Amino acid sequence: MSRLVVENLTKIFTLGFFSRKRIEAVKNVSFEVKEGEIVSLVGESGSGKTTTAKMILRLIPPTSGRIIFEGKDIWKDLKDHESIKDFRRKVHAVFQDPFASYNPFYPVERTLWQAINLLEKKPSNKKEALELIKESLVRVGIDPKDVLGKYPHQISGGQKQRIMIARCWILRPLLIVADEPTSMIDASSRGGIIQLLEELRKEQGTSIIFITHDLGLAYYVSDNIFVMKDGEIVERGHPDKVVLEPTHEYSKVLVESIPKLYRKLEGL
Amino acid sequence: MNEVLMRIENAKAYYKLEKVSVRAVDGVSFEIFEDEVIGVVGESGCGKTTLSNLISMNILKPLTLVEGKVFMKINGNFEEISSMSREEVKKKLWGKEITIVPQSAMNALMPTIRMAKYVEHLAQSHELNGKELLQKAEKRFEEVGLNPLWLKRYPFELSGGMRQRAVIAIATILNPKLLIADEPTSALDVVNQKVFLKVLMQLKRMGVVRSIIFITHDIATVRQIADRMIVMYAGKIVEISTMEKILQKPLHPYTKGLFNSVLTPEPEVRKRGISVIPGAPPNLINPPSGCRFHPRCPHVMEVCKEREPELREVEEGSKVACFLYSEERT
Repeated sequence: MSRLVVENLTKIFTLGFFSRKRIEAVKNVSFEVKEGEIVSLVGESGSGKTTTAKMILRLIPPTSGRIIFEGKDIWKDLKDHESIKDFRRKVHAVFQDPFASYNPFYPVERTLWQAINLLEKKPSNKKEALELIKESLVRVGIDPKDVLGKYPHQISGGQKQRIMIARCWILRPLLIVADEPTSMIDASSRGGIIQLLEELRKEQGTSIIFITHDLGLAYYVSDNIFVMKDGEIVERGHPDKVVLEPTHEYSKVLVESIPKLYRKLEGL
Repeated sequence: MNEVLMRIENAKAYYKLEKVSVRAVDGVSFEIFEDEVIGVVGESGCGKTTLSNLISMNILKPLTLVEGKVFMKINGNFEEISSMSREEVKKKLWGKEITIVPQSAMNALMPTIRMAKYVEHLAQSHELNGKELLQKAEKRFEEVGLNPLWLKRYPFELSGGMRQRAVIAIATILNPKLLIADEPTSALDVVNQKVFLKVLMQLKRMGVVRSIIFITHDIATVRQIADRMIVMYAGKIVEISTMEKILQKPLHPYTKGLFNSVLTPEPEVRKRGISVIPGAPPNLINPPSGCRFHPRCPHVMEVCKEREPELREVEEGSKVACFLYSEERT
């Protein structure tokens, strides 16, 4: 079953007051995400991948096109506060910069308490809630006593990103939109973050939209890859097809330029 | 084997703070040969950048060379560059013998001065003719694929990839023997990364620079150009080996872990899956006893907790510091 369907999505930004300049950030993008599927939007900076993500998260309205989540058009059918809150519960975002996702004046677990407040069935008392927080931290491989009560500057980037994923274990969303979740952390801890998302998919059937410029990561983790360039999807398909036999000129250049571990680049 | 260009003997460089010292480079010895590219890899905070400061003798407080010596071949003779004063280093070494392209070089450019001004500065500090040097710079700009007229531009008028090439062009005007590049490609996208690697290898082929030290945490990038690889962990070298050997058969458990965490779009990688090194790198103020990797090592033995393994040759061209490869294991 399709969890999310994106149809002919277009976003045009207009600039200037008198002379209007139009920037087509996203052009006619259509794709589908099934239950428990991981898809990747791959492209360089400015290719429109983050704009697409923001529209799916209901943060900026599209110029035209439809986004259908669980059978409902998220920009037309969600009218009252309650249905929007319900949408927020079911669709969750993990952002690029774990350093910017925390308020430096509060202990890190505040983000987890906020997640608990979003829950439909809230735990009956504080003690139960704390148990839930601890459980979610263990799920993402953090010993609760290492982080509880600490402030954001006292923990590492990898830990911060893990806590953002711990939120997902509390809320158990149907869809996670992860915008470059690994680009700010050390190469050796990237795999760990990916594994956490995969576990979530396996146990909860969560669908994940991965937004990245790292084709290597996308190749490893996704069921489907969409390569974006200048707002359009120029190549789509199974990772093996996109990476091993790219057809579009742009994806060919992209694949050729990626340094490989077991092969040397040509023409150095 | 080629001749030795630089020799580092048991160097210990600590950041001396009021009460404690951060042991960023702790007892490191190796040689750099002429006409080779060495890749230095490791996680953030393992002492890679401190090592580059040590090799280029850019030692400013609180960084202190506590022990050890660094020798470099200058005009055919080995000189101990670690005993030179900072003035001497500036005059004799920088720009002429050693040059460095630092981490985020592209942001290090002053936004208010034109590229040509850096060439003037270089001429002043080495008491050379500014005009001649500018001509050389124009030629070098062409060689790295930039328009010579761009010397008159301000840094913001160039793109990231161009700025990085402009920096390397200016850094190599005086044909230094050793080029140290510290994470030069991490801020570039893959297409520009490739262009930069190409320029680097071209400069080496043309004989502008003799040897290159390439410091990075991106193994797949350094693998493209390096002849030998140094793997650092917590201020120590855990493995030195030729590129082919280390790719075929990494010896140290840390090297293995590092290689297994690399994600590149290759069928081998997809088949192998991701594995992660558990835990985090240690604090260098108070590193673990014995082998510094032992708290994270999957093969840890009793001896690893007590004694420090020495870096020794186990096969031709492969040195490793691990008790798994020595008879002393008990």
